[in-house]
Amino acid sequence: MSMILGVPVAVLSGQLMLGVINGAFYALLSLGLAVIFGLLKIINFAHGAMYMLGALCTVLMFDAFGINYWVALFLAPILVGCFGIALEYFLLRRIAGQDHIYSLLLTFGIALIIQGVLTNIYGVSGLRYSMPDVFKGGMNLGFMFLPYYRAWVIVAALLVCFGTWFMIEKTRLGSYLRAGTEDSQLMQGFGINVPLLISLTYGFGVMLAAFAGVLAAPIYSVSPVMGANILIVVFAVVVIGGMGSIAGAVITGLLMGVVEGLTKVFYPQGSAAVIFLVMVIVLLIRPSGLFGKEA
Amino acid sequence: MTTATTQTDIHQGIVRQQKAEQRKKQILNLVLLVLLLLAPTVMYPVFLMKILCFALFAVAFNLLLGYTGLLSFGHAAFLAAGSYTTGYLLSNFSGLTTEMGIIVGTATATLLGLGFGIVAIRRQGIYFAMITLALAQLVYFVFVQAPFTGGEDGLHGVPRGHLFGLVDLSNNFAMYYFVLAVFLGGYLLVQRIVGSPFGQVLKAIKQNEPRAISLGYNVDRYKLLAFVISASLAGLAGSVKTVVFQLASLNDAHWHMSGEVILMTLLGGTGTLLGPVIGATFVVNLEYQLSQGPLGDWVDPILGAIFVVTVMTFRSGIVGEIQNFLRKNMS
Repeated sequence: MSMILGVPVAVLSGQLMLGVINGAFYALLSLGLAVIFGLLKIINFAHGAMYMLGALCTVLMFDAFGINYWVALFLAPILVGCFGIALEYFLLRRIAGQDHIYSLLLTFGIALIIQGVLTNIYGVSGLRYSMPDVFKGGMNLGFMFLPYYRAWVIVAALLVCFGTWFMIEKTRLGSYLRAGTEDSQLMQGFGINVPLLISLTYGFGVMLAAFAGVLAAPIYSVSPVMGANILIVVFAVVVIGGMGSIAGAVITGLLMGVVEGLTKVFYPQGSAAVIFLVMVIVLLIRPSGLFGKEA
Repeated sequence: MTTATTQTDIHQGIVRQQKAEQRKKQILNLVLLVLLLLAPTVMYPVFLMKILCFALFAVAFNLLLGYTGLLSFGHAAFLAAGSYTTGYLLSNFSGLTTEMGIIVGTATATLLGLGFGIVAIRRQGIYFAMITLALAQLVYFVFVQAPFTGGEDGLHGVPRGHLFGLVDLSNNFAMYYFVLAVFLGGYLLVQRIVGSPFGQVLKAIKQNEPRAISLGYNVDRYKLLAFVISASLAGLAGSVKTVVFQLASLNDAHWHMSGEVILMTLLGGTGTLLGPVIGATFVVNLEYQLSQGPLGDWVDPILGAIFVVTVMTFRSGIVGEIQNFLRKNMS
């Protein structure tokens, strides 16, 4: 078997693929955070909880109503998105004029409630969700084995990221969103319904998180606490990339997934910490982040 | 002539009012001090010590959030750094007196705070919160894997030892008065800092950072110093807590703890001296009461709900709202 740097190619490429998949999740989550931050100027600490809700919804809808994966792929993000819009309308909106720290703490409180209540109902051990039959098995690429489902995760995540980019950069709604990011008061003056736009934006950001949750359901253990730890990693990814651009969020997400995967090959003990270390280095060299604009 | 007299009169009136207010504050502080001194005769000392440790932790945290406007989401790291260092030293070096263990623990947290500060103050606002959270998670992973922390189990059976090699701290009353002294020291230090010219600059940074910069203050230095002092006091709280409970655990390093100290400060009143103390007392009591009853598993959602209610309805916190009420109705 061929080796690279003393590591079998199969092991290396296998970890690389796992890294890209983790990176796809980081990309989806940090994209959602960036979209919300752009217009609302807040960091959504409930983002991990929304990711978890997406995954949990998928499992519960299957167990209770036999709703299959493909339907869940659309239905779960819509349900969670509606929940997000309700949160924005009833809570976040009321303190919009206050210091952004309060919105951050509010979303943190919401996350504690959601995760705490669901932990009491479903426990922390994780629910099982079997993947659709189409995705069972995989193909041999010669140098590595690629399970179909993992290939699908990468394709689906990239499609959604591209779709989001297209919507924000090329459509009329997206141009409103970008204008609102620049100066929402002025836009309100032009007669655009900014509060509605804010609700929709928060809902959309949350939908992206829930979509990531559905993708994660068949491969990761689905439990009420699954969102908490990944969120902190995603925060580090966001700090590394800066929230200035959509492409930046996606590229940084994928890149960090790969870095994590490589660390698992060469120094397994450090794999949990490596992204945080990269964050420290980036902050010391380029404080505004790789793609950041503001200081 | 008449206007001059009126002005002096008004001035004297203001001075008299300020003095009266100061006297009221002094009386209040004296009453609180007497209560704290007598408390262990009516309540379980270990429980009181827990409150004091967390109160000190929250007071330290408030120096940042309340007076400098920096939201650190990683203060658990300093609590744990103090806690683990002191626990490790006292368990492994029997010749070490307790206060030496606490001093080294605090020093470790101070150094860690310096490291965090240098990295985190490069960004502002919510980025600052995310960076401190991520750094604290890094520290958490270190504590999970490092050989001297006992991994998931933490450190147990840390001896309380003798203070200055003389006072036996295994006596709960001796321990209590030591913890009380440490708490008061920390509290008075923060009070002194807030009232000093340095504290005034911190408040200026909180209110309007660009203006503070344009006035010629090296804002980053001030922020860094405030951060290091806050981390140091948080580490002191962790060190003392380890001596009281004779254990150091991973809970202290978890992000949940960083969230709890935010809640204590927010609930009691950010930017007030007494607020974090009241908030810590409330939260520690609440957690204890819940753990005794059938709602033991519901601590997290209840804490979350308190977060939501506080942010939505009384952002100034308990003490802050009382102050606002008094100000409105007294003048």
